[in-house]
Amino acid sequence: MPSLPSLLRLLAVVAALFAAPTTAFAQSADEAFARLNADSFSDTARAIEMLVQSAHPNAAVIIEALADGRLLAGGGTVAVKTKEGGFFDARTGQALAAPPAGLNPVRLNNNVRRVIQGALGGLGLINPDPAKRVAAAEAVFRARDVSVLPVLEAAIAKESNDRARRALREAQAAILIVKTDAPPFDRIAAVDVLRERGDQDALATLRALPGDASPGLKEAQARAISEIEGKLALWRAGQNLWYGLSLGSVLLLAAIGLAITFGVMGVINMAHGEMVMLGAYTTFVVQELIRSHAPYLFDWSLAIALPAAFIVAGAVGIAIERGVIRFLYGRPLETLLATWGISLILQQAVRTAFGPTNREVGAPAFMSGAFELGGLAITWNRLWIIVFAGLVFAALLAILKLTPMGLQMRAVTQNRRMASAMGIRTGRIDALTFGLGSGVAGLAGVALSQIDNVSPNLGQSYIIDSFMVVVFGGVGNLWGTLISAMSLGVANKLLEPYAGAVLGKIALLVFIILFIQKRPRGLFALKGRAVEA
Amino acid sequence: MITRFLLSNMDKRGYAFLAIVAAIGLLVPLANLLIPAGSPFHVSTATMSLWGKYLCYALLAISLDLVWGYCGILSLGHGAFFALGGYAMGMYLMRQIGSRGVYGNPVLPDFMVFLNWGELPWYWWGFSSFPFAMLMVLLVPGLLAFVFGWFAFRSRVTGVYLSIITQALTYALLLAFFRNDMGFGGNNGLTDFKDILGFNVQAQGTRAALFAMTCTMLIASFLIARGIVTSKLGKVVIAIRDAESRTRFLGYRVDRFKLFVFTVSACMAGVAGALYVPQVGIINPSEFAPANSIETVIWVAVGGRGSLVGAALGAVVVNWAKTMFTSGFMAPYWLFALGALFVFVTLFMPKGILGTAQGWWEGRKRPAPVPAAEPAPAE
Amino acid sequence: MNAPTPGALTSSLLYLDGVSVSFDGFKAIRGLSLTIEPGEMRAIIGPNGAGKTTMMDIITGKTRPDEGTVMFGGSVDLTRLDEAAIANLGIGRKFQKPTVFDFHTIEDNILLALKSKRTVLKTLFWQTEGPQQKRIDEILAIIKLADKREKLAGSLSHGQKQWLEIGMLLAQDPKLLLVDEPAAGMTDGETAQTAVLLKEIARDHSVIVVEHDMGFIRELGVKVTVLHEGSVLAEGPLDQVSANERVVEVYLGR
Repeated sequence: MPSLPSLLRLLAVVAALFAAPTTAFAQSADEAFARLNADSFSDTARAIEMLVQSAHPNAAVIIEALADGRLLAGGGTVAVKTKEGGFFDARTGQALAAPPAGLNPVRLNNNVRRVIQGALGGLGLINPDPAKRVAAAEAVFRARDVSVLPVLEAAIAKESNDRARRALREAQAAILIVKTDAPPFDRIAAVDVLRERGDQDALATLRALPGDASPGLKEAQARAISEIEGKLALWRAGQNLWYGLSLGSVLLLAAIGLAITFGVMGVINMAHGEMVMLGAYTTFVVQELIRSHAPYLFDWSLAIALPAAFIVAGAVGIAIERGVIRFLYGRPLETLLATWGISLILQQAVRTAFGPTNREVGAPAFMSGAFELGGLAITWNRLWIIVFAGLVFAALLAILKLTPMGLQMRAVTQNRRMASAMGIRTGRIDALTFGLGSGVAGLAGVALSQIDNVSPNLGQSYIIDSFMVVVFGGVGNLWGTLISAMSLGVANKLLEPYAGAVLGKIALLVFIILFIQKRPRGLFALKGRAVEA
Repeated sequence: MITRFLLSNMDKRGYAFLAIVAAIGLLVPLANLLIPAGSPFHVSTATMSLWGKYLCYALLAISLDLVWGYCGILSLGHGAFFALGGYAMGMYLMRQIGSRGVYGNPVLPDFMVFLNWGELPWYWWGFSSFPFAMLMVLLVPGLLAFVFGWFAFRSRVTGVYLSIITQALTYALLLAFFRNDMGFGGNNGLTDFKDILGFNVQAQGTRAALFAMTCTMLIASFLIARGIVTSKLGKVVIAIRDAESRTRFLGYRVDRFKLFVFTVSACMAGVAGALYVPQVGIINPSEFAPANSIETVIWVAVGGRGSLVGAALGAVVVNWAKTMFTSGFMAPYWLFALGALFVFVTLFMPKGILGTAQGWWEGRKRPAPVPAAEPAPAE
Repeated sequence: MNAPTPGALTSSLLYLDGVSVSFDGFKAIRGLSLTIEPGEMRAIIGPNGAGKTTMMDIITGKTRPDEGTVMFGGSVDLTRLDEAAIANLGIGRKFQKPTVFDFHTIEDNILLALKSKRTVLKTLFWQTEGPQQKRIDEILAIIKLADKREKLAGSLSHGQKQWLEIGMLLAQDPKLLLVDEPAAGMTDGETAQTAVLLKEIARDHSVIVVEHDMGFIRELGVKVTVLHEGSVLAEGPLDQVSANERVVEVYLGR
């Protein structure tokens, strides 16, 4: 990477073509140091501009030091405190042995900071790396420092990279917006450039147009603002839709196990949420083991936790079915009460074993971070959870429709006696079905451990939502559960900006309560005799 | 006619219950007020308030038993009616504070001043009047139950579905009352009460009077509930529980009968909540928590559903056990015990303490009666 | 079938015409037409799935037909009413599986069925008066359960429950009784007694009996309607119907 001074010299040559020809560079540097001593914000700001134009070899270092509060001035001397703690004279570059007496840090205010940002941007505009130039142009764009304009225009003239050129043009436009003495035609063109950029920053820049602009300019500004706002609103809706799908996939994960136990078997399992919680705690335990025994496996921790969670939650589920629920078939309200009791016991057991506070579950590398897609900000963990929810759904559907076990499950739930007469061991199928539903809840727990607090109350927060999803979708219909989860998730997130999170949720609850009155068997329940899974 | 309605068909167990509650309602306040603190017969104010709370729960349990035990409607949202009654009483007590609040505003409760509210919202109007507030104690839960039930029963939402939507109802209210914008004190609820009908809420005499009042209301509600379940209407309601569709084919409008008991029951729950608030000194949104409502169900199940005395007994026994458990070294195990109670009662004691005891008593004379069967959920 | 003349529309107690209903594409009833005259007793037979129970569901308001006319008493459109309203019009129903109120005494079962105002307030403040008690006693005597009046209905035998249900129908005093398989699960003696009981009832009520048991229907000795795949296959006296080739074919298999 080329050194800063050489760059500065280059900059100076460029600047010289545009800067006021009467000022000699050396003189302007001297004046700049004098102004830095003046302890006045406006002088400091002016000094920065002068330093940039002076092509002083230390200009960049000095301005950076100023930004960090490491520039000291007093008694005509200006000294830079290096990051390592040493000192040197800003004018000469000579090292100083001891901190010079009587010097105070040069003070900053927001205006000075803005000028610094613009200056540093101006300094980076001619960096050989196009990405750096783009970044510098962005800095200038935000600072809108009129004094950088000459440098900027010089840089535009010789810019060959399209992306950098666009960034430079946008920076130029931003400056022209606030530069009241620029030719009106240029300023209208600048509005156009910003309109094309079309993001939140462009909007803020456009709004910075001084009030005394010409009517034509104002009209162009108003049109640009409304166009950008329309576009942004669309992206925001898209973002909300994305959040909605994300919430929908979480609901789907939480509810899909219930769709098996409640939907297919007709068992009201109030301890379903605790199966989810057990899955999350299994993830925690797996990660703890990996941390202490095989840290290099950490990125695989979720992959290892998945089967473990399935087995743990599934086994607990089977134990509950064999131990309690099988004595209560045909008595749904009793089942509800007994499983509620089980949920209390499980919560308290986990609280006793792991403590009442949240446990930290880490995210493997591929789950963390985010990326941008157009105007959407998408986090990897949400994306993976959507993918995961889809996979779980597909797998469950396949098990029910394609495997012999699925066939037997459907047979038992449709006609227990007939299935029994045909040699199906109904008790075993009941236990396996319930184990499957619980195991899937455990899988959901692994995924939810990535986005929610892992605490003994984890399950409680999902149980009501899960029942709503299953009931709304239509009992005994996996596709109904999918559509219900997604539509409730999206509706929730689309309502949120207007009603707020809590009111939105209340509105949905009330909607579902009313909906059940109209269609007591849910969205997609089959009517009449041919009811099947 | 009213006395005949209330007292005809009263059985021995009912008279025993009435006698015990009346005796407690008379003797406990006297033992608190008249017997000096050193005497073994003295009842401390704290103990009296604690038992006052249990008796409020007993009243709530009776109201739930009316719908669940007799009509087969498992409401997982009865806590909502209880809390609404409590809030109505709380609003009256808040208005009685007057200018003695922290901010000294003569009209606005402290939390409203804190939130920079300019004036009293319309739904707080009138709550400075005791009769109005008492009317609301009945009316608000009753109206909610009526509207909710009118929709639910007319569209024949039954069984588990009904239970789930009652749970959703109380959950929605929980979320709503947590909001500061609702004007009910948000998370903190209503507290720091001063006076009730001009008497200091904290004073021993007021406490004793509140206790006696709780016993009186418990007796009154028991008589009304008993009158209802032993009337022909009660027989219809039990018929609905056991064979809803058959009852319909006999020409009874099932939805109206359900609506009647559901609404009456909600009003009773509201009264229980209203008596509860001045005795515990606070009402906040946690009373709407779905877990509370389910706990009420277990009181009734433990005592014996389908028996009003059993429900009241269950509430007192379970809550007494809770106090015993949570005040000692056993505290961490209370939820284990409560959870186990749910499982044990549903599996082994479907008729609760009273039903099981009665079955055992009768079983000494002749074979056990037919076990209680859950009516199959309607199509 | 015998197309009803316009005059029959007003004189028939029950009039079904062109009634169809389907569940998820399965046509349970297709174009069913049937008339019952006041005071008539009719037996309805048919193989499983012929639509007998669905027909009763339609008449009593449990199921709404997709199309067709269902008139009662010549003027009331039953398709617009719900179960309770239809029951109060005077149509009583006995289910295939005896459904009595197990946790009520036998006397209370009859009391609940006894003809009276069914409103909430009337039942809340109900007092059983002398004539009503007399009627209950009569009915208990007819169904031979007078000595068990204080017993819970759940403790009765299957046959006794069937009778209790018939007793409840009597108490309702409907204009039309729908009786679904009254003899199912009864001993021969009980079956014969039930036939006697039904004939007695038919003296002052219209009755529709659905039954599988040919012997029972022979004992009733009334006009028979054969249902098959949701519509009427044959109608007439039992001997004539059982000689019908298509009926034989349907019953004895293909």
